[in-house]
Amino acid sequence: MELLAFGDTGWGDELFRATLMTIAVSITAMIIGFSFAAIFTPLKLSKYKSLNLVANIYTTVIRGVPELLVIYLFFFGGSGAIMFVASMFGYNEYIEINAFVTGSFAIGIISGAYSTEVFRGAIQSIDRGQFEAAKVLGFSRFKQFYKIILPQMLRLAIPNLSNVWQITLKDTSLISVTGLVEIMRQSYIAAGSTRDPLFFYSFAAVLYLLLTFLSMKLINKLEVKYSRGY
Amino acid sequence: MDFELMINSFPKLLNAVVVTLKLLSVSLIVGLFIGLLFAILRLNKNIFINKFAYGYSYLFRGTPLLVQIFIIYYGLGNFIGNNEYLKSSFIWVILKEPYWCAIIAFALNTGAYTSEILRSAFQTIKPGIIEAGESLGISNKIIFYKIQIPIAIRQSLPAYGNEIILMMKGTSLASTVTLMDLTGVAKYIISTTFKPIEVFIVAGGIYLFMTFVIHNVVKFLEKKYSFN
Repeated sequence: MELLAFGDTGWGDELFRATLMTIAVSITAMIIGFSFAAIFTPLKLSKYKSLNLVANIYTTVIRGVPELLVIYLFFFGGSGAIMFVASMFGYNEYIEINAFVTGSFAIGIISGAYSTEVFRGAIQSIDRGQFEAAKVLGFSRFKQFYKIILPQMLRLAIPNLSNVWQITLKDTSLISVTGLVEIMRQSYIAAGSTRDPLFFYSFAAVLYLLLTFLSMKLINKLEVKYSRGY
Repeated sequence: MDFELMINSFPKLLNAVVVTLKLLSVSLIVGLFIGLLFAILRLNKNIFINKFAYGYSYLFRGTPLLVQIFIIYYGLGNFIGNNEYLKSSFIWVILKEPYWCAIIAFALNTGAYTSEILRSAFQTIKPGIIEAGESLGISNKIIFYKIQIPIAIRQSLPAYGNEIILMMKGTSLASTVTLMDLTGVAKYIISTTFKPIEVFIVAGGIYLFMTFVIHNVVKFLEKKYSFN
């Protein structure tokens, strides 16, 4: 137990900060994922074949390739890509992007592919009549979506989004390979300096279990909120 | 774009596919048996057995696969390596090899997911089918082996197909415990050449091809064993 003490003698405060980091990366990745989903879901549902193709390539590639490979691509290729863009604007210095940004983007793009599929499924299972009724009532296109489609879509999407959240949360453990100090990386450091890997990795597992358990509780509440009236 | 690198790295990556496929097939076979066992335990009426099986699947589905591999390879490896008695035993022979550690972790992980898939398949079998078997005078044991299991396997094919693809992606984590699988070799080539995009395209393409093959084989099986 003294291994987990807060302060200089134990790893308690370090692991606590690492847990907060895991939560921060997961939430950032989820938000980035939603932004990607907001772009690619309309493309998937578009009537133009070429737009469908673009969105299908995105979701198929990301869901068919291991997460770790995507993370390596961003980790090794991220600053190169940014520098290439910067060089077009005449900036030729070395740019290093920090591990948090690289990691959140890599996980965000993965999470976005799953979210896109969830939103597509949710919109497709809304009754056609709802779209027609919204049109007939003379709502603007923005209002149609915001007031009629979105609330119904969320109700259908939340159970599957909770799966996406779980996947995202667990995927953040892979960013430890880039050196970002989240739960996994901190456990690795602690295990190395105390020579007690069994204890620290098991404790990491407990932390992840705690996070998934608590977030499930929270999501269940949301689910109840969005399904009132059904 | 460095096409020469892409062409040169292709055979190296293709060689590494053998490791990936080995890891995948062995862990899937072991995982299927674990999954079937725990699915049956989940359906047991004894609350302790039931809760034990639920706890197993909750534990392995609620934690990242990376943690599971690290606990087995670094954690248990260190624990047993420091213990004189255990070190002379058979367990050490297995746990000092990263290959077996990875397979144990993968098999336990996919076993947990498979048990959930099979459990829900068992639960959706219509009671009428079992009653029909009973009224024909077939013993409970044979009903289970010859009627319930085949139907459950057919029911769970689509979900199990997804699990195979997820597991194939999961085997990439073997590279974190020094195994040179497809991702391991890809990372090695990237870190020596600093050409991440080219290597990603080749390695990602190989993974996509495997996903494509698995997807279509499962689809074929679904069609072949469909009820109508």
